[in-house]
Formats: sequence, C-alpha cells, structure tokens
Amino acid sequence: MRVNTMSVRSTVISQLEQVAEEQKKRLAPLADDLVLLNSGLDSLCLAIVVARLEDVLGIDPFSAAEDADFPVTVGEFIRFYEDAAK
Amino acid sequence: MPQNDCGSLWNAVSAAAHLSDRFLWGAHASVTLGDLARGSSLGGRVEELRGRSVLVATGDQLTAALALVELDGIARRLVLCPPDVPSEHVAFVIATAAVDALVCDRATPEATARSVGSVVACSPRIAATDSERNGQLETEWILLTSGTSGGPQASATVWSTFYDIRRYGGLQIFLRACLGKGSLVLSSAQESTGDFLIRAGAHGVTHISGTPSHWRRALMSPSAHRIAPHYVRLSGEIADQAILDRLLTSYPEARIAHAFASTEAGVAFEVGDGLAGFPASLIRQRDADVEMKVEDGSLRIRSARIARYLGSQGGTIADRDGFVDTGDMVELRGDRYHFVGRRGGIINVGGLKIHPEEVEAVINRHPSVRMSLVRTRKNPITGALVVADVVLKAEADPANGRVAEVEREILKLCREALPRHKVPAAITFVPALAVAPTGKVMRRNA
Repeated sequence: MRVNTMSVRSTVISQLEQVAEEQKKRLAPLADDLVLLNSGLDSLCLAIVVARLEDVLGIDPFSAAEDADFPVTVGEFIRFYEDAAK
Repeated sequence: MPQNDCGSLWNAVSAAAHLSDRFLWGAHASVTLGDLARGSSLGGRVEELRGRSVLVATGDQLTAALALVELDGIARRLVLCPPDVPSEHVAFVIATAAVDALVCDRATPEATARSVGSVVACSPRIAATDSERNGQLETEWILLTSGTSGGPQASATVWSTFYDIRRYGGLQIFLRACLGKGSLVLSSAQESTGDFLIRAGAHGVTHISGTPSHWRRALMSPSAHRIAPHYVRLSGEIADQAILDRLLTSYPEARIAHAFASTEAGVAFEVGDGLAGFPASLIRQRDADVEMKVEDGSLRIRSARIARYLGSQGGTIADRDGFVDTGDMVELRGDRYHFVGRRGGIINVGGLKIHPEEVEAVINRHPSVRMSLVRTRKNPITGALVVADVVLKAEADPANGRVAEVEREILKLCREALPRHKVPAAITFVPALAVAPTGKVMRRNA
C-alpha cells in the first residue's frame, strides 16, 4: 500500500493534537521548525502518538534500524513518517 | 556497602588526591570534594547520626550526594528516598527500615519529623568543621526501586547520568564517580533534556548513562550534539538494535555499552559489541565471580553479593543452589540471548514499573466490565506502553452501541485513580480472555 504523503502529514498532525488534548498538555502552534521536545508533549505523549500512528499508518519508522537520525523538529517528525510510508 | 572494597565512601573520598579539582555539579550549586573533606553539608551534626538508620529524603540530588558521602561508614543504614515517593509510602519506608533519623534540605511534614526522632538539614553550603570523622561501620544501603559494575577511568573523567542518583542506575554512576577519580554532573527534574545536555557538555562530560528511553529523548533534542562522550551506557530497560545503532551514529567516538543489572542479585554485566541482547557464551561461564543460568525462560544469577528485601519479604531470595531469579525473561536467537520482558507481566514504561494487576483492579471497578487483562505494548519512545484487553458483561455487549461510552468511562476511572503512565494507551474490547486452571487470567510474557 502506498500512503499519500499529504494524508500522512495531516494524520500525524491530528494525532499530535488529539494526544495533547487527551493528556491535557498545551500544544505549541505546530510549525515545521518547532522542536518536538518544546511542543508541550512529553515522552509519554510522543510514545502514544507513535503507537497510534503505527495503528493508523501501519508503520513505525523509529523501530526500523536505519541510519537516519531521530527527528528533532515537527517537520522532521512528519518527514520521518512520509519517508517510511513511501 | 557492597561495591566498595576500600572502607567507607567517606574514607575513600577523603583519602584520594586532587580533591579540590573534583566537583559534584548540581543544577544550581556545586561542591568540590575538597570542600567536603574539610567541612560538612550537615552543619557539623554528623556525629548525631552515627550508628543510626538514616532516611535521606532531599529535594535536590546534590544534597543527597553530599549526605551519602558523609554518612557512609557512619550511619548503620542509609535509605535513599527518590523525590517522587508519595508521603504515605515514606511513612511505610520509615517503619519498615526502622528509620530513626532524617536528612532533608527543605521543610519536613511535622508528622514525618515526629516519627523519626531527629531531623538534620543538609545544604550545599559547606560549613567548616573540626571534628575528626572516621567511618568504620559497614553501612547498609537501602534503595526503594529497581541495576551494575566497575570500569577503567581516565584522570579527567566527568561522569553524568540522566538518572536521579537515588535510583539504582544513577547510584551506580554516583559511586563510580566518587570511588574513581572523576567529577559528576547531576541531572535535575526541573531541567529540560536540552538544558541538561548543554550543561553536561559544558562540563566536558566523558561518561554518561541513561535508560534507552532517556537516550531516545536525548537524540530527539537539538542539543544532542552538545555532548561528545567517550562512553555511553544504557541500562534499566531493554536496549534494542535501533537505539544502539542511532547512538553509534550520533556519537561515533563513544564506546556504546548496554548493561543488564539485577537489583536482587546486586550484580550486572555489560555488553559492548554494539548488538542487542548478550552472547549465549556468557551463560555458565565459570571464571567470573558471577554465574548465570537460564531456567523456565528467565535469567538466574549466582553471586556472593545477593541483596535482601526488607519487611515482609525479608530473608534471602536465592534458590537452593544460590541462584537468584532476576524475573527477566530471555529468548535464545542464534547465538545470543535477547531480553523479552519481565516475569509476571511487569510493564516498564520509560523506566517506571507497572504491575498489570493494579491497573486491572481499576478497570474492573466499572460496572460493565466482566474482566480485563493489562499487558505491555512495545514502544520505540518509552520502551513500552500499557494497553488493556477488556471483556464486557453481556448487557454492555458491543452490539448495543455503548462501547465507546464505556471506553471513555473506563479511561476516566483510570485517569482519576492512576498516574499517567499507568493509564492504558489503548483499550481493546475482546469477547473472552484465556483463563488458567488456577482461575487466573493467563499472562504472556512480553
């Protein structure tokens, strides 16, 4: 299955927003250059986001032992999923 | 204390050379070991604590570190209280460990102060003292949670750890820094991962430890490149191949080691070949002072240094041959053993342990729930997440459309009764759960 990259972006963003709301975290305005660790989401929130994205998109780019660096910004996080979905 | 073969920590520190060049760096203050050797963080009240069972319950890690150096060999027992222990547990600890003195760096609840007898304040402002201190007692150290080994050090070693030093993983680093030749950069709960990395980098950290979850978080910080360690250690959780590979990419100069440690057995070993798991050849190797075997799928360890549990679980915990069951389940793949989880289904979310039963008890309070099974789901950020399988009573059957509502209600119950990391990240409604002949829900490991 090939996942449309536009839908990957919107799926990632909507999960970030949804988990922030569930975990009662104040989410900073999501811009591509926002550092993920400064987004208001802590490790537990990100863990839940990654689990949900695995359910929805069927991919977990974090567990793939590739040479790519871990994503630092929101933009890199989205690209991480877009690249894995290709 | 067990890891120290040269008398007390105090004696070892005060006898070492170049003490004024060796620092304990807290987030807000720092102390040289030289200052400490000539003075006291305890306002000169060390003698009052001789032979007593002392609870070290400070807000700050630096004050805890100072108290530990001063009191090892002086106190009969040192009980380390991590900062997030709820006050009702503190009362239990005081009773169980027969605590009769308290060291703290902030106001103590009156009830706590009354129950221990003496309260001694600890401060990073070192007061001069002229008393001759000599730590002769073999102080027993008590840790409240879940652990490792010695290694070579260069003279300009700067240790650091993402762990709080009052946790097993952090305490090991604290002892290695104090007993070796190094300085130590302490973490702080109030500091962001990025700020900690910048501070550790500024102090020239060379040896740094944390859980795989700490490291995943560090590698997601823009400040990850602010440190250039020679040695990176992972412990406390299963280290998977992905995190090992990424650390090697990020810190190509560093030796990356993942440690397995058992608090129960008081020992550990380190794997430094960059591969997840450990070589099967380590099992039953007889030359070391630690012997290992695998039985019923779990790793057993025999060593001279077996920990004991306090309280109702008192007594030794070894089997007839002297092996202690670590509770860590392993699986042989090729010529390596891989850790696959904990016996009894204990779930480790970013280093915090969860007994599934306590979450199930909350879920089962919901009137529509017949039974539930809480289990672990692997996660690349926190190592694991808590998820739940729930069987509903007939009247709440998925067919009648109340399921979404029940799910919300269960989650609400959990959020009210449990800390965040124990709340299931997902609930799956299932028609049935396997039940063992004993009447218990069957738990799979990992």
